[in-house]
Amino acid sequence: MTAGVLAGRRPGAPGGRLRWVVQDALTMTGRNLIHYVRIPGSLFFSGIQPIMFVLLFRYVFGGAIKLHGGSYANYLIPGIFVQTVTFGAVATSIGLAEDLQKGLVERFRALPMARSALLAGRTLADLVRNVFVVVLITGVGYAVGFRVQTNAGAFIAGLLLILLFAFALSWGFAVIGLSAPDSETAQVMSFPILFPLTFASSAFVPVQDMPGWLQGFAAHQPISVEVGMARSLMLGGPTASDLWQALAWSFGLLLVLVPLAVSRFRHRTT
Amino acid sequence: MPPAIEADELAITFKGGVRALDGVSFAVEPGSVFGLLGPNGAGKTTVVRILTTVLLPDTGRGRVLGHDVVAEAGLVRTLFGLAGQYAAVDETLTGRENLRMVARLNHLRRADAARRADDLLERFGLGQAGDRTLKTYSGGMRRRLDLAAALVAEPGVLFLDEPTTGLDPQSRIDLWGVIDELVTEGTTVLLTTQYLEEADRLARKVAVVDHGRVISQGTPTELKAALGATVLEVGLADEAAARRAAEALAPLGRGMPHLDGKQLELPVDEGPRAAVAALRALDQAGLEPARFALREPSLDDVFLALTGRAAEDRAGADGFPGNGTGDGTQTARRRRGRTRDRSGDGAAVRR
Ligand SMILES: Nc1ncnc2c1ncn2[C@@H]1O[C@H](COP(=O)(O)OP(=O)(O)O)[C@@H](O)[C@H]1O
Ligand SMILES: [Mg+2]
Repeated sequence: MTAGVLAGRRPGAPGGRLRWVVQDALTMTGRNLIHYVRIPGSLFFSGIQPIMFVLLFRYVFGGAIKLHGGSYANYLIPGIFVQTVTFGAVATSIGLAEDLQKGLVERFRALPMARSALLAGRTLADLVRNVFVVVLITGVGYAVGFRVQTNAGAFIAGLLLILLFAFALSWGFAVIGLSAPDSETAQVMSFPILFPLTFASSAFVPVQDMPGWLQGFAAHQPISVEVGMARSLMLGGPTASDLWQALAWSFGLLLVLVPLAVSRFRHRTT
Repeated sequence: MPPAIEADELAITFKGGVRALDGVSFAVEPGSVFGLLGPNGAGKTTVVRILTTVLLPDTGRGRVLGHDVVAEAGLVRTLFGLAGQYAAVDETLTGRENLRMVARLNHLRRADAARRADDLLERFGLGQAGDRTLKTYSGGMRRRLDLAAALVAEPGVLFLDEPTTGLDPQSRIDLWGVIDELVTEGTTVLLTTQYLEEADRLARKVAVVDHGRVISQGTPTELKAALGATVLEVGLADEAAARRAAEALAPLGRGMPHLDGKQLELPVDEGPRAAVAALRALDQAGLEPARFALREPSLDDVFLALTGRAAEDRAGADGFPGNGTGDGTQTARRRRGRTRDRSGDGAAVRR
């Protein structure tokens, strides 16, 4: 046993536990980000898919969607922001299920790392990826005619609130990943949640043009609330109540989903 | 000196009612290799999972370097390295990235982590492959990387769960060499295996596990002394002849010959001498063997000697997929028990 390396391991170093909680979470975040870059599928989901959605809705469906004032490009892009980060959160459920399936979680559990790092590393990696994704969509949005109608500060505030919402969602998808027997099932379990939430929402189509029975759900479900908030901040409109509702959803989800994910993680023995 | 690893009446029943461990106790002397020997489904992996703090026992205690694996789990995790039954490495990362990640999670400084990763890659002959992702690694390379990862923090205690199952003979011998080196450096190793030969080659002490219990414990020499150093296999023309041969050969062996159809097996002390005597005895009885062979005793022979039955794969009875209990002959069952390591209990552990 060489003293050199053992000296490099500092179990009692200043900063104590909190320091390891942060460092371990960052180590795991780094590892998950490498996955995003190296796995072609995830690059497609976070990079190419939002561009395709923008083009599809802007140029194929957009003309058929009846708006109540304003340009469809402006209407669409805030919706795309929310839809894309929501779809992206599936990566957490698939990734976690895969780590469990391959025995990696078992290995991590036997390491002296902070218990929280596995989940935090996942959700933080999602967050970092989402930062790139919203920047990408902003660029594509501008190219197809989207223009911020308010100011840069409000636009960025909108993006930050969307990122917060996405972070909360990641914890929800972590719960799914921890409940699924394998990654395929995790994916299959995620889509029935994703599709109604993203498409029965105000993201692409005005809610008042949907059938009456759907309007109640479509208007008040979290994706619509987030999209409403984003439109208010980016295009102008009644901001305060939209903002509070969006914040309430994000924090409410975090409050429920983080403990749920942590407890699923603790109790999953295999 | 207190034991480096201790299991004290460990017991656990899984959801679904599988009593995987039913009071397992043993103690491992510091600086030695201890072998947990048992067939698929015996409970070896479950013991390792409990001692490495991954799984909580229902009752009983485990200690690593004197620290309780439940009450002091956090501390215990800084004391051991683990290489599991299925190389648990991140396929998307390169070998170097894997080792650096594990080093960082062991709280080595960044520079130390990098140096340690480089050293280990060299030591395990992975220097060339260090910057390739693991998708391009062979099974043997993954195993080596997994072992390297277990050694990142230079642990005093090492858990190796079936480290050579599925390896080709050369990789197996190489790995045995690595374990020898580690023990020379003072590492304590707990190793699980399905091969008597491996336990014999590496372990100072062995516990034979069956159905979640230790059915025998001692040095490999003691184990083989109870068993006979060699096994004489004789095949006869028909079952009647085999029964007569068993009678004729009984005085030569340790214990009774084991009859299986036209085949019989007899543990003996001195192979060549017993072979000569056996041929004489058969000749005198007017019997001509169709097959006649000497071989090293296997895990199955240990089981026969200890329990009077072959080492059977218990997992099938527990309803895990891919484990049809089957009703083949004992020999067939034995052969399956050895080769099915991927499909059998794997379902229970891989997740
Ligand atoms: N998570 C689990 N849930 C239910 N049964 C399990 C689980 N893990 C192992 N088992 C069962 O416990 C027994 C012991 O398994 P294991 O310790 O993996 O054996 P070994 O490693 O010796 O092959 C087997 O019957 C196996 O099917
Ligand atoms: Mg096992």
